[in-house]
Amino acid sequence: MEDCLAKKMEITVSEAEKRTGRNAMNMQETYTAYLIETRAVESQIEGQCAPVDSLWRRYSEFELLRNYLSVTYPHIVVPPLPEKRADFVWHKLSADNMDPDFVERRRIGLENFLLRVASHPVLCQDKIFYSFLTQEGGWKEMVNETGFQLKADSRLKALNATFRVKNPDKRFTELKHYSDELQSVISHLLRVRARVADRLYGVYKVHGNYGRVFSEWSAIEKEMGDGLQSAGHHMDVYAASIDDILEEEEHYADQLKEYLFYAEALRAVCRKHELMQYDLEMAAQDLTSKKQQCEELATGTVRTFSLKGMTSKLFGQETPEQREAKIKVLEEQIQEGEEQLKSKNLEGRDFVKSAWADIERFKEQKNHDLKEALISYAVMQISMCKKGIQVWTNAKECFSKM
Amino acid sequence: QDLSLPNGTPVDTSSPASSSSLLNRLQLDDDLDGETRDLFVTVDDPKKHVCTMETYITYRVTTKTTRAEFDLPEYSVRRRYQDFDWLRNKLEESQPTHLIPPLPEKFVVKGVVDRFSEEFVETRRKALDKFLKRITDHPVLSFNEHFNVFLTAKDLNAYKRQGMALLSKMGESVKYVTGGYKLRSRPLEFAAIGEYLDTFSLKLGTIDRIAQRIIKEQLEYLVELREYGPVYSTWGGLEVELSEPLEGVSACIGNCCTALEELSEDMTEDFLPVLREYILYSESMKNVLKKRDQVQAEYEAKLEAVALKKEDRPKVPTDVEKCQDRVECFNADLKADMERWQNNKRQDFRQLLMGMADKNIQYYEKCLTAWESIIPLLQDKPETK
Repeated sequence: MEDCLAKKMEITVSEAEKRTGRNAMNMQETYTAYLIETRAVESQIEGQCAPVDSLWRRYSEFELLRNYLSVTYPHIVVPPLPEKRADFVWHKLSADNMDPDFVERRRIGLENFLLRVASHPVLCQDKIFYSFLTQEGGWKEMVNETGFQLKADSRLKALNATFRVKNPDKRFTELKHYSDELQSVISHLLRVRARVADRLYGVYKVHGNYGRVFSEWSAIEKEMGDGLQSAGHHMDVYAASIDDILEEEEHYADQLKEYLFYAEALRAVCRKHELMQYDLEMAAQDLTSKKQQCEELATGTVRTFSLKGMTSKLFGQETPEQREAKIKVLEEQIQEGEEQLKSKNLEGRDFVKSAWADIERFKEQKNHDLKEALISYAVMQISMCKKGIQVWTNAKECFSKM
Repeated sequence: QDLSLPNGTPVDTSSPASSSSLLNRLQLDDDLDGETRDLFVTVDDPKKHVCTMETYITYRVTTKTTRAEFDLPEYSVRRRYQDFDWLRNKLEESQPTHLIPPLPEKFVVKGVVDRFSEEFVETRRKALDKFLKRITDHPVLSFNEHFNVFLTAKDLNAYKRQGMALLSKMGESVKYVTGGYKLRSRPLEFAAIGEYLDTFSLKLGTIDRIAQRIIKEQLEYLVELREYGPVYSTWGGLEVELSEPLEGVSACIGNCCTALEELSEDMTEDFLPVLREYILYSESMKNVLKKRDQVQAEYEAKLEAVALKKEDRPKVPTDVEKCQDRVECFNADLKADMERWQNNKRQDFRQLLMGMADKNIQYYEKCLTAWESIIPLLQDKPETK
């Protein structure tokens, strides 16, 4: 098993820069470009460090890369990109794409995306991906030359269109259901978390008012004055502490968002199976009906109603030569159909096998990552509690000196 | 002589002024010591009474004392709010030169509050207990006849009716007519007290509003948390390996909700009422200051009238002398009460604010325990099946 790219190459998205340029319609636009730096990881020779290669890419190029990977590897749960627009914001966060905090979080998200792809056993070997990281010019043309857009099944985009599949693999049906539920529950969680953050912000900030009034009050007191004044200072510290606390929590929200979008990718794989199975069943159905037609023509019996059959009955039968010709055509089509069915079956089985393998890999990754995320969230809460205890203990001491 | 205060601080006794203030301080310390205290009063055991005309609450007032003014060493009577209100009015009437402690508000401003809820009754009981204890601690008020009757009489209503007809001699002779005399200028020290009280009650009002705002924000935060926790549980239902960790987080958030609820309740029941008490206290103190001004104005007016008469009188007429006495008496009582009040206020606020800090510390400690306890659960590696 070849080592994945991530082990051989250091990849970072180290900078973000605002750029202005002209778009396809020759209109001026502002966008952000991201600097991708790569460096080969070699065994450390004394004093020798591999040189850093770098190039700039914008978000739309990342999107192009991802689309290419999704189409080219439909059996893989392809890592998602960070959100295009700021969503699930609470009042302090900006919904502006140009906002420096949003850009910064996106930079981290893009780096994460590249690392995910680079550590995937299949995706990391892709040449287009490698070129994305290393080839500055002409990459777009290279991707388009692969003709992947033609391979893309437009039906995949119609998310909710139902296809009546008679015999889907039950595992995929369950998994699709799971991915829908996961998307729903994580969205809900992110929405409520944003509201919780908003409210918590309010609680902390109001305490800042104590700082001011204690200071004013201390001015008219003799013995109580110093204690009040210094306690007021601690109230100011308390009120200010919420900014850092909530900034850290955004990182947790980003981790959840990644899996919200991952659920989408998971669903796409299940969908692909559904479509393949549908195509297979349609092809089998078509083959069966052609065989039937053939049999009818050969034996002269009409088992099923057909317009042709009726018209030939009404307007007279065909000549034996005509019938022979038809039978021949159908037999050719049947043969073709049987070969196609065979290959479709094989394709389907291969897809199921390889998709399921990646799904198992994904499940383990998901369980590991989300556990880590929950642990870091708990650690954040613990830190917040300890800070709270510290501040109030300090305030209590000031009060005791009143 | 090595004179020092009971707490060990050495005292400079080189001047007579300092020795009298030493005595003053010793007296205060005695009041706080409890060793030489000879009167103890407690308010407890609220009970609901349902009668045909009305429903009301009574509280048990227990007295333990060695004072000669009391016939028995122990008393236990039941009193309702209107009895406390009556007592306060009587004290204001009979001891107008002193600062009378405030009662909790008679009517509940927010009509939504249940007058018979456990929390409301308990808050009131604490305030009534404080009220009687403050009177007990006062060297003059605690010897008031009405206070004595309040603590001891089996049938207070009979005494109340009696009091309407007769005028009790003790203290009542000091009847002040709000005679519309205008004071030219308040003496510096009373002006300072007046200014202090103005700013003080203003700041307390601000703190009250801030505290209320915090409670409001906390309750809104609580509403969101209550929706937040269960979502983790729902998620846990979808998962296999993550089921326990997610349930753990859900339960943890639930514990934090409980802790927050307790914090808000405590602040509402223990913190806000004391603030309001002191605002009421300041208001009644300002009224006493105004009464003092009245007395001084009357004296100055009468003095001026005598001066204008230009009659040859060998000595100052007795009614003007009486006025002068009143002014000096009032000033002395008020000054002594102010000093006592300042000291008690400092202690009360020290306790109140330390209590507030404590409640917040306890809240964070409860949350900390909850989160720390799920870390091992989250880190738990599933057994290979």
